[in-house]
Amino acid sequence: MTEFAAAAPAHAPVVEETSTGLNTRKVLMWTFLGSECMFFGSLIGTYLVYRGRYLPGQLIPKDVFEIPYTSVSAFALLMSSLAMVLALAAIQRGDIKRLKIWLLVTAALGLIFLGGQVYEFTSFGAQGLNPNVSTFGTSFFVLTGFHGAHVSMGVIWLLSLFMLAARGQLNQARSLDVEIAGLYWHFVDIVWIIIFTVVYLIPV
Amino acid sequence: MSAQAMVHPGEKPHPQSREYVILAIILSAVTGIEVAAWYWEAIRALMIGGVVIDLLPPVLIVLSAFKFALVVMFYMHLKFDHRLFSGFFLFGLGAAGFIIVVFIALFHFLRAPFPVT
Repeated sequence: MTEFAAAAPAHAPVVEETSTGLNTRKVLMWTFLGSECMFFGSLIGTYLVYRGRYLPGQLIPKDVFEIPYTSVSAFALLMSSLAMVLALAAIQRGDIKRLKIWLLVTAALGLIFLGGQVYEFTSFGAQGLNPNVSTFGTSFFVLTGFHGAHVSMGVIWLLSLFMLAARGQLNQARSLDVEIAGLYWHFVDIVWIIIFTVVYLIPV
Repeated sequence: MSAQAMVHPGEKPHPQSREYVILAIILSAVTGIEVAAWYWEAIRALMIGGVVIDLLPPVLIVLSAFKFALVVMFYMHLKFDHRLFSGFFLFGLGAAGFIIVVFIALFHFLRAPFPVT
């Protein structure tokens, strides 16, 4: 953030000292998220191609998916997005105490989601579905596994922000740090919105 | 600094906590409708104009697209931020949609018979 931006009065237009007039970190994050769309697009496309391909006797989606259980996980991730924006709103008004609370809530909901995924993968493995048994299994585990890896990175990021806030190194003037982490976290959420529908709810 | 995020030229102030909570309630309700639709067997074989139609996939796609749009517009602030950010994201999203359509078309028309021995 430039000094000019930090000293700007309420609602006054802020012009960053960059060629676009926009904050370069935010531009970078949106460019990254655009590339992530293509990454997950290719994984979702691959899953859609392969999800109906299995040999007779192999496990199929409806044999292993537990919709009530996955719905709870999806709800936890959706609510984590609310906690994330509440954390952002807190730091923007200088309320560091609530910022820390909402960052922890967001990370906790992310961990609940990850715990659900670990349970689900373990359960599928016990039933005989793993990345090696069929192209459905491969594409399913690669897609949801990469999403889980993104959630894990997001949780580490959130806990890092919490540590900074706890040490007094994250204040109102650095709200962009939380906003950028929030963009990443919401992206992980919208990817799951698509995966939950395409992978779990729409029947093969 | 105000309670709002910094506002750049071409941007509007972001929503506040109350709006975020209302949005979360809407998102939760839509998720509930999605799961309820999944459990509603009749939607998979609705008789419309003498033709049996499975309405589950289109209903689920519309609902998830609605949720996706709400999160992107309000939680990610694309509705309020500079249009350049929307451009970056929508370009990637359009490319992703193109990739998915090409994959499906490619494997639908050119796929080998399955199972392959």
